[in-house]
Amino acid sequence: MSEETLLIDSPAAWESEAGDPFQPHGTLPRLLAGIPAQGAMGLDEHLAVHGDVPAYPRRRGRRAGESPLIEQIAQAGLRGHGGAGFPTATKLRAVADSRKRAILVVNASEGEPASLKDRTLMQTLPHLVLDGAQLAAQAVGADELIVCVCESAEASVEHTALALAERRGLPGDTTHTHLSAVPGHYVAGQESALVNHCNGGPAIPTFTPPMVFQQGVRRRPTLVANAETLAHVALIARHGPEWFRQLGTPSQPGSALVTLSGAVANPGVYEIEHGASLHSLIDAAGGALGDPRALLVGGYGGSWIAGHLLRGVALSDEHLAPHAASLGAGVVLLLSADACPVAETARVTRWLADQSAGQCGPCVHGLDSIAASVQEIAGGLAQANATQRIARLAALVRRRGACGHPDGVARMVTSALDAFAPELADHARHGPCEDCARPAQLPLPGRGHTSGTSPELVSLR
Amino acid sequence: MSQRLRVNPITCEAHGMCAELLPERISLDDWGYPIVDQEPLPPELLDHARRAAQACPTFALLLARPRERVS
Repeated sequence: MSEETLLIDSPAAWESEAGDPFQPHGTLPRLLAGIPAQGAMGLDEHLAVHGDVPAYPRRRGRRAGESPLIEQIAQAGLRGHGGAGFPTATKLRAVADSRKRAILVVNASEGEPASLKDRTLMQTLPHLVLDGAQLAAQAVGADELIVCVCESAEASVEHTALALAERRGLPGDTTHTHLSAVPGHYVAGQESALVNHCNGGPAIPTFTPPMVFQQGVRRRPTLVANAETLAHVALIARHGPEWFRQLGTPSQPGSALVTLSGAVANPGVYEIEHGASLHSLIDAAGGALGDPRALLVGGYGGSWIAGHLLRGVALSDEHLAPHAASLGAGVVLLLSADACPVAETARVTRWLADQSAGQCGPCVHGLDSIAASVQEIAGGLAQANATQRIARLAALVRRRGACGHPDGVARMVTSALDAFAPELADHARHGPCEDCARPAQLPLPGRGHTSGTSPELVSLR
Repeated sequence: MSQRLRVNPITCEAHGMCAELLPERISLDDWGYPIVDQEPLPPELLDHARRAAQACPTFALLLARPRERVS
């Protein structure tokens, strides 16, 4: 997916599927309100659309008590939009409770090839993210902000730099602000990898503990927060938790940015209400191009759902749970009818195995073996019981790396065994199908694994 | 305080000493890397676990107290 294909849309409010008709419903867009057709929204326009950044007391010292903003975020039920879905307030509290002065890292590294939402936010609406960063920094008592943007997203890096310069002197602005371009490989955005990068090391995961909220950048307590998550913080701070909960489901309130790609008329970044139907999202994108063969949801470490099961699928974690899937980082990829799911899965699995940082034995050997087995099936060269071997290897690598990379690959491959059982059996028996030769639909960036890169800290203060 | 075994997968080099010394809790995978039972260690295994941790050539086997997971 190239930057040129990026199309941003902000569809009007979609009706809540299961909502009580007497309940007042919020409207969309929220994050994408007033999004400019091109370029970035400047500070003045941003403040005109959303209003001034509310003043919350800056946390000073452990005894000062908790920031009221953290309680608001807890009541809103905001969870992280980077993929793991961890409750944001819990994370903020862990950092706020530490004795030392904290550092806030904004994570817009977005190594996920099928995701564009974070780079889109930094490119078009940087002030919304930076508002959230400023507010979160106040709430946890951080006096330093490092904004990490993927180096491949040049416009995002550039617009973030301009926005940071524009905010100088804004009331409540964080004291020390830096921008850091992060290498684009898959695991670079993992929390400890990003901290490693900010400390001058390679952007690869480290062993924890110490957890980054205890000892992160320069051994200081560090809050690593996804860019979209902070954009939601900026709006919760302005409108409160009740407003936030007017959209979404009780267990997953609010809206989410999704990157819709594949067999749809207008792929791009969309804002949806949690629990919106897949159908409504596809409609907002001008409709599907034919009957999709399958859906990949969450990310490359997410889950495949077979095409015949897509009727009635809704986009929230509780609705996706029966499909052993979750919304993750908001990747919604429709595989077209003429694509071969076995060939696509084989290519992505190999790519993910090659994206291993090469540090942990089970990841290095396990993902390579899994990828080789899927490739053997795709080529019709597999031994009997190859799918059982893949399932066994997937179970073997889970929770055995320093980061969650092997777990994500295991999850995606396991879901493929389920969703594409007939196709896998057919390939194992008869070899490549007619569709195998088609060009890859799932983007596989040629981003090599870069190690030893020191961060380019652009100090803006 | 109950203790658990943990492996640092980055420093582990699959020497396999730990599985020799604590087969009750540690087995090896297809490539020789340890698969560790994460349940709290019973008192009678604590000494063996300590010995296994000390014997690891790369200090990758750790005895850890259970800790709340925050992120």
